[in-house]
Amino acid sequence: MSSQDFVRSLQGPSAVTTNRAGSGVGWDPILVFTLLLVIGFGLTVLYSALGGQETVFKNQLIRIAAGLVVMMVAAQLSPRFYLRLAPLFYGIAVVLVALVLVVGVKAKGSTRWLEIPGVLRFQPSELLKIAVPMMVAWYFHDRPLPPSFRDLLIGLLILAVPAACIVVQPDLGTSILVACAGGAVILLAGVYWRWLMIAAGALAAAAPALWFTLQDYQKQRILTMFDPQSDPLGAGWNIIQSTTAIGSGGLYGKGLLQGTQSHLDFLPESQTDFIIAVIGEELGFLGVCLLLLLYLVLIGRGLYIASQATQTFSRLLCGALTLTFFVYVFVNIAMVSGMLPVVGVPLPLVSYGGTSALTLLASFGIIMSIHSHRGW
Amino acid sequence: MARTHIKNVALERSQFLSRALFCFAVITVLLLVLVGRYWNLQIAQHETFQTRADDNRIQVQPLAPIRGIIFDRNGIPLADNKAVYTLAIVPEMVPDREALLTELAALVDVTAADIEGFEKRLKRRRRPYSDVALKLALTEQANAVLAVNRHRLPGVTVTRQMVRHYPFGALFAHSVGSVRRINQEDQAKLDPVRYSGSTFMGKRGVEKFYEETLHGEVGYQRVETNAHGRITQVLDVQPAKPGQNITLQLDSRLQIAASAALGDRRGAIVALDTRSGGVLAMVSNPGYDPNPFVTGISQEDYRKLADSRDTPLFNRAVNGQYAPGSTFKPIVGLAGISHGAVTWDETIEDRGWFKLPDQKRIFRDWSWTRENAGGQGKVDLRRAIYRSSNVFFYDLATRMEVDDIARFADQFGIGSRTALDIADASSGLLPNRVWKKGAKGESWYPGDSVNFGIGQGSLLVTPLQLATVSNLIANRGQWVRPRMLLASDAPVTGTTPKEPMPPVIGPKPDDWERMVDAMEDVVHRGRKGYRQNGTAWSHIGRDVAYRMAGKSGTAQVVEILQGEEYDAELLSEYRRKHAWFMAFAPADKPTIAVAVLVENGGGGSSVAAPVAREVLDSYLLPQIAQR
Repeated sequence: MSSQDFVRSLQGPSAVTTNRAGSGVGWDPILVFTLLLVIGFGLTVLYSALGGQETVFKNQLIRIAAGLVVMMVAAQLSPRFYLRLAPLFYGIAVVLVALVLVVGVKAKGSTRWLEIPGVLRFQPSELLKIAVPMMVAWYFHDRPLPPSFRDLLIGLLILAVPAACIVVQPDLGTSILVACAGGAVILLAGVYWRWLMIAAGALAAAAPALWFTLQDYQKQRILTMFDPQSDPLGAGWNIIQSTTAIGSGGLYGKGLLQGTQSHLDFLPESQTDFIIAVIGEELGFLGVCLLLLLYLVLIGRGLYIASQATQTFSRLLCGALTLTFFVYVFVNIAMVSGMLPVVGVPLPLVSYGGTSALTLLASFGIIMSIHSHRGW
Repeated sequence: MARTHIKNVALERSQFLSRALFCFAVITVLLLVLVGRYWNLQIAQHETFQTRADDNRIQVQPLAPIRGIIFDRNGIPLADNKAVYTLAIVPEMVPDREALLTELAALVDVTAADIEGFEKRLKRRRRPYSDVALKLALTEQANAVLAVNRHRLPGVTVTRQMVRHYPFGALFAHSVGSVRRINQEDQAKLDPVRYSGSTFMGKRGVEKFYEETLHGEVGYQRVETNAHGRITQVLDVQPAKPGQNITLQLDSRLQIAASAALGDRRGAIVALDTRSGGVLAMVSNPGYDPNPFVTGISQEDYRKLADSRDTPLFNRAVNGQYAPGSTFKPIVGLAGISHGAVTWDETIEDRGWFKLPDQKRIFRDWSWTRENAGGQGKVDLRRAIYRSSNVFFYDLATRMEVDDIARFADQFGIGSRTALDIADASSGLLPNRVWKKGAKGESWYPGDSVNFGIGQGSLLVTPLQLATVSNLIANRGQWVRPRMLLASDAPVTGTTPKEPMPPVIGPKPDDWERMVDAMEDVVHRGRKGYRQNGTAWSHIGRDVAYRMAGKSGTAQVVEILQGEEYDAELLSEYRRKHAWFMAFAPADKPTIAVAVLVENGGGGSSVAAPVAREVLDSYLLPQIAQR
């Protein structure tokens, strides 16, 4: 879908305003079809990247299936339910993420997990990717928009509390994503441009000071992005190998299972965060463009659904979830190609891993719920 | 909740719509930026990254050639190759290094020094997933133990390498020599391609001299490796060409006998085949086992060798330079005959001491003692040889121009390196007037000639040179250069052949025969009464199964002051005289010539001569028995 089509579809005659709740299964064929394409594409590449680890691949299949079930269930619930649920959901998520700081499980230098030994192990920060925009949208739902300065500050507070909890784990990447999700709501709520400008200006001015609050490894990642060759066997290794993988793929790629960088273990994290490099290497520039196009369709459709919603809460939540999805896509693809520092963001619906796929599919479920209840 | 404003639904929707459109536009632009970035990487810079990816996976690995084997003349290997196994660790694949090291230490002998070396290598820059050596030269047993336990030791690798091995250990350490690790200094001189796969090169003895021939030609293989350096497939192989095998003149049986004859005394033996000049045996004692130098010698063990007062690392046979003492007398005698300074019939009266005209200094005969100061009596050249009369040669040397003696001695290779293929041999020192002026800034004094006549003073020879002198007299003045090489699979490379040496000019055939006769008397003239027997007869001459010619020598280490008496008992071991003996046999048709040096051994006839006889016996007796 090009942007022109998108504009036309926004302005085109839209007679559908009725509440469809209760009349059959609520779903959006365009979203589901495109999602299945992305998932299929992702599984194909993951199969190659896993290099024949059948059980791991089956694991992922089960997770995706579970995610699709969650999505369809989420699509059947009314946005009203989410509106009512929002404060409770947000409250629980914030408590959990605060709990991580006290009793969390430590791995690779940061404390991100809650564990009920033998039963469950999960990252509460993942919940906040949905809970934060939901809560900010809930707050703006029956307030006049564009938001007053006071409402803006309260909105910022809603996103800042959990973001702060996550940043001290430390997990800067997730923290930024959670803040972005909340920020997307504020942006879509129509906050005045001049306030945005002032905020951007202030952030830019504060950047040098922020530098000193970063952990050493975070500074290292930023410096490495500018000059990976400064430490080619250490911090620069990942980014040198990923750009090499992508660049060597050329226009058509080396073919599935033929990537030397990934299959000879030069490329680290090839099944998780760096899987776009496998796509670049094995399916080439065309493969990358195809995936980007599918993502664009999902994003365009998400924004369209948001614009069709009559209720403020639905509109803001749907738009914010869509924008957050884009942020994942952009940050991951940009970081693997060396345009952004390396932060732990998986490639949506493609990278190996259950939590992220579950969260994303749940948010698409919410988007579809909003679509089928646009009149509510 | 208090409301100050009413929600304007239509305004909100249009506001949202414009924001959504704005966001979509920004998203589209950003996605295009990504497309641009990937275009740049995948299309614009494709070639660069393609090359980089190939460089990653394809490696050209040198294949080290197998070093040529060195055999003795009987086909027994003196230097061959054996496989050694190195235990290494891939740190990235080891979650808990301490635990792994503890576990490994329980399986194989991992010392604190091994771990220290490992930690040091670990700190060097390396590519991720490459292995770091922990223990070199695993025993076969340790290798087997590791192979069994390999599956539960992730990140542990064992690599195999062919290295030099010296089956006889210390026995040939100095004659065959040994290889040593190539260091940075060597690298600057070596062909970087030819040596790209090599860790060792010949740095001593034959191993050094025939390095070119023994080394072989490097091969290479183009391989695809994964990030851990493990080979996934071999793309292309150019095999290495092994070095040539060479066969030496050395006879390991004679070497063993010679080494046994010397026992644990410090000294050297060189035995030559008179017809070819081939080195049949070359012993320098004490020796050392060169094998640990290949597999990795501990600092402590190395210091023990390097700091020992007995200098086991020093090759006495070719680098030990000593005054020849009385073994020099046959040369002075032949020089005197050649220059007409003396005839075979001429006699002098030896009273046991010698004085230069107008000088007070007294030069004594070796046999001089306070109680028995009678000298050797009437002495001609023949008797001067078998009795080793100092006085005769004091007198003869002063009757000749020193440079004439020096020029004559020069024909015997003294002061020069005549061997064809012996690395780093020392040249000794043959003094003359010019040398003394240059080195000491003094003129040549008559007293210098007196000392020169009995092989003392500044004159220095190596055991190899004295064996060459013995060989030359055995061949009646006809030269063959000493040589190590007997045969090789193909012509040897990297060495420039030396011109043959001209025969010794001066003595007539009869003179040579008479000198040989005099040297036979040294050994065989016995039961003739007081001061009538050959100097070595009572020690070795009673039961020799063949005719043997020889000459003893006793070289001063510290100068005996005027009026002082030499008393071996009183001098500390390291200040005692060196004992020399040179010999060849059978006297009329020699096949073997030998020189023996026993450092601080004392008398040449009593100490060195029996060693020389043992060497000749073990070479000749089996031949005689066969006949």
